[in-house]
Amino acid sequence: MLGFKLALRNLVGAGLRTWLNVLVLSLSYVVIIYVNGMLHGWDIQAKVDMKNWEIGEGQYWCSGYDPLDPFTLQESHCAFPQEFMPMIQSGEVVPVLVSLASFYPEGRIQSIQLKGIPAGQDLIRIPTASLAGGEGEAIKAVVGRRMAKSNQLKVGDLVTARWRDRNGTFDATDVEIAAIFSCDVPSVDMGQIWIDLDQMQRMLGMPGEATLLIRGDKAPPDLTTAGWVEKDLKILLAEVDELIKTKSFASTVMAMILLALALLAVFDTQVLSIFRRQREIGTQIALGMTRWQVVRLFTLEGAMHAVLAAIVAALYGIPLLAMQARSGIPMPQSTDTMGFAIAEKIFPVYSSGLIVVTIIFILIAATVVSYLPARKISRLNPTEAIKGKIQ
Amino acid sequence: MKNVITLNTRKTLITLLSLIILLPYLSISLLGQTPTAQQILERIDRNQSADSRIFTASMIIHAQRGERTMEMKIWSVGDQKSFTEYLAPAREKGTKMLKLADQLWMYSPSADRTIQISGHMLRQSVMGSDLSYEDMMDDQRLTDNYDAQVVGPDTLGGRDCWVLELRARSTDLAYQRRKMWIDRERYVPLKEELYAKSGKLLKQTLLSDVKLIDGRWFPTRVVYQDMLKLGGGTEFVIHEIRFNVPIAESTFNKSMLK
Repeated sequence: MLGFKLALRNLVGAGLRTWLNVLVLSLSYVVIIYVNGMLHGWDIQAKVDMKNWEIGEGQYWCSGYDPLDPFTLQESHCAFPQEFMPMIQSGEVVPVLVSLASFYPEGRIQSIQLKGIPAGQDLIRIPTASLAGGEGEAIKAVVGRRMAKSNQLKVGDLVTARWRDRNGTFDATDVEIAAIFSCDVPSVDMGQIWIDLDQMQRMLGMPGEATLLIRGDKAPPDLTTAGWVEKDLKILLAEVDELIKTKSFASTVMAMILLALALLAVFDTQVLSIFRRQREIGTQIALGMTRWQVVRLFTLEGAMHAVLAAIVAALYGIPLLAMQARSGIPMPQSTDTMGFAIAEKIFPVYSSGLIVVTIIFILIAATVVSYLPARKISRLNPTEAIKGKIQ
Repeated sequence: MKNVITLNTRKTLITLLSLIILLPYLSISLLGQTPTAQQILERIDRNQSADSRIFTASMIIHAQRGERTMEMKIWSVGDQKSFTEYLAPAREKGTKMLKLADQLWMYSPSADRTIQISGHMLRQSVMGSDLSYEDMMDDQRLTDNYDAQVVGPDTLGGRDCWVLELRARSTDLAYQRRKMWIDRERYVPLKEELYAKSGKLLKQTLLSDVKLIDGRWFPTRVVYQDMLKLGGGTEFVIHEIRFNVPIAESTFNKSMLK
């Protein structure tokens, strides 16, 4: 306790030098917590959005289907498995049929994915209720905000779509844009048109067939059936995990550079302090303190920078980070079309684990860099030190 | 007297028999002058098919945002083998395409790579034109796959035509319905329309500048138009064509692409 008081008094006595170090170190606390909180918030938000809009609680894929390989789409349609029929009828499992098509907005040709989904489903948040009643001349369709923007589509617009049926025969019809939805998951939006499943099955000549089945939380996850491959959340969200991991690595490097600069300042302060306070060190040893007690005192003094920095960081960091957690961090518009799930605003999530780990990590790092120059004290000759001889 | 009667009867019989034998031919040439659709298609095939062809042509793409012209030389044997080399503009010069039956390869000199065009890539436009790669691959003989019937006469560009409607015999053809306008005198198609299953007009081809080359009538200007797209279509103009010229087998080798 005495050592603690002494260290605190010495630190405060050093004045501006101490507070500059503390300020830089406090920035490291805030930046590390901020960056990790933002990535954690993005991770949670992306996964929730993907579950709500695209993947549900898991999926079953028709064998051979690979969403990243359009070559597989032509053949990837399987009959609904009989075991799933009750769940499909109750809406706990939602079938989706996927096919390639050409779209002609404003007389331009564009390759798209045509997706058929039951009009009455409410498992994912695509506004499929708007697809009902498209039995007239034009098929009713819903598109995402990005698709609508890139093709200048409005609700009520009529656009021609052309596709090939299961026999390879060309067919074409007009599609009426019944609704435009806004979501943060580009993989259900960009280059895609959603129409009613029954209608699409008739168009393609594929009654009772689908490319994938989306599972809700009420449907058991371990159903297996011939011709269908189960894809759990771990597989379906692997892309988000990979992305966050990559981003996290880049952010960690940045935070570590900042922390290294702050620790370098602490290290320098320690070196200078030991150099300038040799007489004091010599006197302490002469008065009966062991060398290691003095080393401990100086190490504690250095480590106290981290404690003070934590207090200063809390003073300005808590209101700042809390405000951002409430109002969110706006993302640049260019991220909208990057192809991964990212909201217009990211709401950081600061877990207590993150805060505790950050404090402990910086405290240990500050202690280590304080101890390294203090080791010199153990080699000091107290008589020479009292005389003020440089050693 | 009896001999005279016998002679007259014999003459009448010979005349009747001759009429019975020649009736189908007379019905085409003298009575209705309308050959069957099948006969028309066979005459077109005879007029247009050749063992081999070598020709130079220009492809002019009339897009919404302007016009582009490409020069090319094409070697083909039957309807299964074809080799195309782009000669101009400088950006496309050296691009080569090889079609062997239902496979298509393309060499791009800028990337120095040969790629096989397949799957969804077949749906893409050839050099931004109104033709897709799969249109290029469509080489099935009409007489083998379609039931045709003459639906009436018409006049196109001042030429008398027969209008033929073709319905697919099987469900696995790209187009279930086609309509063709055939020059009655030269047996050359002057227009073709391709329809979707729903009846929507998808593509239109206009053929003109018909010339007599090596004893056959051949259209040297073809305008393809994707009817769902805006723009003036894609014009294909043949500058020089030679039929039944020997072409080395090595021309259709993948190694010729580089």
